[in-house]
Amino acid sequence: MNVAAINISLGGIGPLLILSATALVVLAIDCFWPSERRSHLAYVTVAGCLVALGATWRLWGAQEAVFGRMIIVDNYSTFFTGIFIVGTTITTLLSIGYTSRMGIDRAEYYALLLFATVGMIMMAQGLNLITIFLGLETLSISLYILAGIQRQRAASIEASLKYFLLGAFSSAFFLYGVALTYGATGSLDLEHITRAVGETTFASKPLLLIGVGLMLIGFGFKVATVPFHVWTPDVYEGAPTSVTAFMSVGAKAAGFGAFVRVFSISLQPLSPDWTHLLWLLAVATMVVGNVMAIAQTNIKRLLAYSSIAHAGYVVVAMVAASALGTSSVLFYLLVYTFMNLGAFGVVLVLGRQDEEVLAIDDFAGLGRRAPALAAAMALFMFALAGIPPTAGFVGKFYIFSAAVQGGFVGLAVIGVLASLVSVYYYFRVVVVMYFMEPAGEIPLAPRSAPATVALVIAAAATLALGLFPSPFITAASRSLVAVLF
Amino acid sequence: MTVGLAHYLFVSAVLFSLGVVGVMVRRNAIIIFMSIELMLNAVNLTFVAFGRFHHTLDGQLFVFFVMVVAAAEAVVGLAIIISVFRLRESVDVDRMNLFKW
Repeated sequence: MNVAAINISLGGIGPLLILSATALVVLAIDCFWPSERRSHLAYVTVAGCLVALGATWRLWGAQEAVFGRMIIVDNYSTFFTGIFIVGTTITTLLSIGYTSRMGIDRAEYYALLLFATVGMIMMAQGLNLITIFLGLETLSISLYILAGIQRQRAASIEASLKYFLLGAFSSAFFLYGVALTYGATGSLDLEHITRAVGETTFASKPLLLIGVGLMLIGFGFKVATVPFHVWTPDVYEGAPTSVTAFMSVGAKAAGFGAFVRVFSISLQPLSPDWTHLLWLLAVATMVVGNVMAIAQTNIKRLLAYSSIAHAGYVVVAMVAASALGTSSVLFYLLVYTFMNLGAFGVVLVLGRQDEEVLAIDDFAGLGRRAPALAAAMALFMFALAGIPPTAGFVGKFYIFSAAVQGGFVGLAVIGVLASLVSVYYYFRVVVVMYFMEPAGEIPLAPRSAPATVALVIAAAATLALGLFPSPFITAASRSLVAVLF
Repeated sequence: MTVGLAHYLFVSAVLFSLGVVGVMVRRNAIIIFMSIELMLNAVNLTFVAFGRFHHTLDGQLFVFFVMVVAAAEAVVGLAIIISVFRLRESVDVDRMNLFKW
């Protein structure tokens, strides 16, 4: 180990540093200048996110492993960093009215959102399994607290406990997998692992395969694939809606960021062994996610199962294991961030004083009472279902064409059929909004300007990515140029 | 008899399995949490054994990170369990049934 070889690049971890500093500033402001309303903390958070987004922008094109090969700064990690920060920004804007309504308008809320984002960035930038593990835990521990931040509400704290116990359980599996992989390859550095896997002798292969399988369980849990999904609906339903929105996009994207780097890139030489497993995982996730979603009457549970199904589509792209497949993962996660945050955003702004509108039937008549909101919800539902000209269609198109090009025609067919099933339950929401008579008055929350801005951004991005996808697809595929260390 | 790598791996595998079984069969949130800690320590043993086997420091290094993370997890986890107890006067996970599965 050569100490002189450790190259420190503060610019490379600029977004990470800026977000951490913002979180500390938020906590300090609340400590030294306490006030009744805390929406100013949200604006500080948003400002920090925008500065970090600028820093991320400047990293585009960089290609270096820094901090003694613990962190890698490449287009792949920069693309993911961008997704995370955009997700956090939109979540914070959506939270502004909601948090004060639900009594969770606290400095910790914003600080934890930022720390969770720091964890996500560490996962995407990790070149060493230590960094990836630390990022995973930074993210998870922040989310355990956020899920239970309404600690007077039984549902919230119960969701938090479930998420914590199952999350820690799966982290232990992930860690054991890392330990066995380390044992088989002699290194924690992803590049060294790739090299060692290429020349693994027969004797240490079983060890390696068990290790990889255990890591698969850990990642499968974090991104909510069947059969590691049982926590998802409960946690998504119980957690405050803004936290659910954040979790459903950020934690999933971060999980895939590390998942793809470890499996599709670092363990590429081993792909004949894990492709079949991922194939099964993808089919089970798409089918179970979509079928279970049909029976849901609660919008948050519906979106939870839909997010499981979407994880399945992304795994399809991973199975394809080609450059096209991996770049469609990146593009899809970007699209998914906007459309899913938008859908949760509409749920967020409905409902008033600590009472939420969560039954799908309560959306009846929304088309007349709040036309703009209903139109936005319809747009997000169309996008999630994958109807052109929304971004969801382009994303799914790329994923399934990657699968077909990779020779997985059967998988692509199952995927298309599964997303046909999904059209049913997404459209039901639209039908309820426009064609059903409301049973009673739907409580509408007082309009919150920042939340409106966030919804407009999400809706505009969902449309723009669908109509003009090419610059983003180019960016996604350029993320993979020389991604191999 | 010399104690070699295989012995360490066997012991850590047994410890890990005990932890898994504990999580599966016990219903008290604190005991489940202790079982998870047991799993993490089994992993630590594996890391130390492999670190010695490979003559690299990475294994020992990772153990420190695992311990730090386990401590952070304990802080948050116990706080969550206390909050649950305040609301429910019970930490039995079978009584966590607000949601249908």
